[in-house]
Amino acid sequence: MGALGMMMPAVPAFARTVAPEALLEPGLDITVKKRLADAALNAAKAKGATYADVRIGRYLNQSVLTRENKVQGIVNSESFGVGVRVIANGCWGFASVGDARDESVVAKAAETAVAIAKANARLLTEPVQLAPQQGFGEVSWKAPIKKNAFEVPVKEKVELLLACNAAAMKNGANFVNNVLLQINEQKYFASTDGTYADQDIHRIGPNFTVTAVDPQNGRFATRDSLSAPMGMGYEYLQVNPSDKVGGVTTRYNMGYDMLEDITAAAKQAKEKLSAKSVEAGKYDLVLDPSHTWLTIHESVGHPLELDRVLGYEANYAGTSFVTLDKWKSKNFNYGSPVVNFFADKTQTGSLGAVGWDDEGVKTKRWDLVKDGILVNYQAIRDQVHIIGEKESQGCCYADNWSSVQFQRMPNVSLAPGKTPLSVQDMIKGVDKGIYIIGDGSFSIDQQRYNFQFGGQLFYEIKNGQIVGMLKDVAYQANTREFWNSCVAVCDESDYRLGGAFSDGKGQPSQSSAVSHGSATARFKGVNVINTARKI
Amino acid sequence: MPILSKEEARQIIDKVLSFSKADELSANLSGSRRGNIRYARNAVSTSGESDNLSLAITAVFGKKAGTATINEFDNASLEKTVRRAEEIARLAPENPEYMPMLGPQQYLDPQTFADSTAKIDPDFRAQATFDSIDPCRKKNLTAAGYMEDTTGFSAIGNSKGLFGYNKATNVDFSVTVRTADGTGSGYARPDFTDVGKLNTRSTTEVAMQKALASVNARALEPGKYTVILEPTASVELLQNMMRSMDARSADEGRSFLSKKGGGTRQGERLFDERVTIYTDPMNSELPLSPFGGGGGGGGGRFGGGGGNDGLPQEKTTWIENGVVKNIPHSRYWADKKGVKPIPGPAGFIVQGGNQSLLDMIKGTEKGILVTRLWYIRAVDPQTLLYTGLTRDGTFYIENGQIKFPVKNFRFNESPVIMLNNLEALGKPVRSGGNLIPPMKIRDFTFTSLSDAV
Repeated sequence: MGALGMMMPAVPAFARTVAPEALLEPGLDITVKKRLADAALNAAKAKGATYADVRIGRYLNQSVLTRENKVQGIVNSESFGVGVRVIANGCWGFASVGDARDESVVAKAAETAVAIAKANARLLTEPVQLAPQQGFGEVSWKAPIKKNAFEVPVKEKVELLLACNAAAMKNGANFVNNVLLQINEQKYFASTDGTYADQDIHRIGPNFTVTAVDPQNGRFATRDSLSAPMGMGYEYLQVNPSDKVGGVTTRYNMGYDMLEDITAAAKQAKEKLSAKSVEAGKYDLVLDPSHTWLTIHESVGHPLELDRVLGYEANYAGTSFVTLDKWKSKNFNYGSPVVNFFADKTQTGSLGAVGWDDEGVKTKRWDLVKDGILVNYQAIRDQVHIIGEKESQGCCYADNWSSVQFQRMPNVSLAPGKTPLSVQDMIKGVDKGIYIIGDGSFSIDQQRYNFQFGGQLFYEIKNGQIVGMLKDVAYQANTREFWNSCVAVCDESDYRLGGAFSDGKGQPSQSSAVSHGSATARFKGVNVINTARKI
Repeated sequence: MPILSKEEARQIIDKVLSFSKADELSANLSGSRRGNIRYARNAVSTSGESDNLSLAITAVFGKKAGTATINEFDNASLEKTVRRAEEIARLAPENPEYMPMLGPQQYLDPQTFADSTAKIDPDFRAQATFDSIDPCRKKNLTAAGYMEDTTGFSAIGNSKGLFGYNKATNVDFSVTVRTADGTGSGYARPDFTDVGKLNTRSTTEVAMQKALASVNARALEPGKYTVILEPTASVELLQNMMRSMDARSADEGRSFLSKKGGGTRQGERLFDERVTIYTDPMNSELPLSPFGGGGGGGGGRFGGGGGNDGLPQEKTTWIENGVVKNIPHSRYWADKKGVKPIPGPAGFIVQGGNQSLLDMIKGTEKGILVTRLWYIRAVDPQTLLYTGLTRDGTFYIENGQIKFPVKNFRFNESPVIMLNNLEALGKPVRSGGNLIPPMKIRDFTFTSLSDAV
């Protein structure tokens, strides 16, 4: 649904809390995993499955939660189990089992999955049509991290967060909530196609909210971090000056300076209290990548999910305005000619990067919108025949061993402009505009036409100059009109990633982590509303 | 079977407590069996069942707490987990806000458990799904729906003699029906403690009727309208408001309940005088767990709300005749302020009248009937301004009758303003684990149109 839970620690299902050292203990030996996987696959086939896959998952999380000068909690958790998915009598079936280290237990789960598939086949209308997939044999993939965050002592992380909180309080904040989340997914996938993929995925997400209060006037204002959750190790918090982007406030690329950002945040939260309230009307918007990722996510990523287009999410997340006829026409202009969106499950440092997806498909990059024209969707093995593809694009994902895998959004990004253009030069060309940095409030309808977005920082642009801070800003637009109003995208030197740990979809809901890249982009004449109210 | 009896739970908790070497020790034991079935395009897409039984042990030395969890219950495993919790506690940073564990408490005895729900099996779910899909297939409509049933228990005990146990069931059903050409959509979503009250066929028929009636929607100009919000439309806005009621954030000056110059707005009239909102664990339509904590899933029916320390849930009035009567206080904040701690509402009841939805429509000269609000997100926490959209059945009312379907709107509205602009309240029905009446509201703010169906 795009219901992004960005702040809450994502503790996996059936997780148990453990000591921090347990996060560094090795999981099952790969030979044991292969033996368990084969037991499941053989049991499924013996019961009549025409296809089976098994995921042996170990999910490790650590969250460090602080406020002001206090540690509110340190949670270390581990979740381990096996999920088996099968096709029998033309229908999917799934079963899972926790703490499974015994072949007979895993085989029993496979048999249950076959029984469920056969039971559900009674209500079947269209048998599953699974795209063929080559087997890759025994392969592995490891996120190219430089430092495993779990190797860093908790004490060091606590000291960093509390030092940052102290800096915020010293610079005008009244309250600070500061959280550091770290995730390691150790996934072993095997299927009857002959792939045995062992993968090691790491993610890190620093996130704070600074609050400034004006008690006399009964007002308060907040400023959230400009960090992005990343598919990286602890190196994300070890800053290199080349990762910083200067300007009206510093933004960050592949390294994040929390101390610098929180210091600025405290001052900016205070400044917000007395900022000018925006006058509603049409403005040119200049959107920083720390903001645009969320607009891409909601208005491009979700509507191009093929399962939504087909109606599988109709009861919850909704359907999509991007119906198949629009794709078939080959001339549906999703955006202006400078708009190019691509999907990419391989981008280094992104949250969605893996070697193989959760049904054994090797990941890749492909175009979704080319020179403004819709060219493709995001699909998985049982859908790709509908869009005339011979093999899956590799977007299948389950958030836990206990969850069944389904189509999830890959990293979807706006390609940078092809001609050199800096942010400064872009702003120079704007007569009446607003420069928006950071993500804020977000909402979009169930077919992804009408949206409204806020932000963290709003700066008024007059005659090519930033003249001051604004508040109470949100913009409303229609997806297609908005992307067709995109007149310029800065060049690749400004390209940065944003993203979310917890994109929700499905019933029961599953969360997925996804990144979206862009360079700063300009949009003509967008409707801006004033959100101030009196109660 | 993950549903332990009171005595079985007590035996495990007593055993855990006997191993303690800590200053304080608590055990939260919870179990659940959850089943679900999901369908779309008039066919089942996924279904499953999962059992979970787990024990969380918290050990405390001074103001340092550590928690370890386990799902094995032999003596050796229990003792090992107590030792692990103690070890984690010793290494933990001191929590200056730690509150000592509670002693024995008196708990209410609400009827949160129904045998019929606990007995749901895969065949029952398949039949319930068939009953929803079948009428849609016959009318060339497309159903997508989801049913989830939960049976759970939660037990809590500590080294100061506290013990509590509660067993609960819940079933949630939602269905969206769309016309074959995608120009009409309808929705219904009931939830019950006792599945005997759920009829998926008649519920689906409500969504079918809305789908058929919402075809050829006309565009109205955005602006301020009188609306009738069905409970499925208002529930999330009201839940958001109730969750935002917290004494600490109000005292800290960062809440809609913060008072200019400091303090909270407790005692002030913030809403229309007909607005009364309360929680009552003993309500027969909405029985709630008698204590906070213990897990088990399913929100307030199982033990959610108000932290995990076993604070009793009692009948509490939050808003009375428009006046803020009580604001939830955590134990720490209550201690600091010298007042009684009040756990947050796990489920709430908005007092209504006797009018049915139909009566309310009949009494409306001009207005808009809203079935469902969607993608609701906070815009300004200061004023509780939220944005979102109407969905799955939005209709124009004139002279007491539904005249025609209208295109969906985006709204920007605060529940605080909404509950001041109250025109009428109907008869409360259960929605999302709360009892909420249909509400007629004047000057509800729609800010733009959406083409979404």
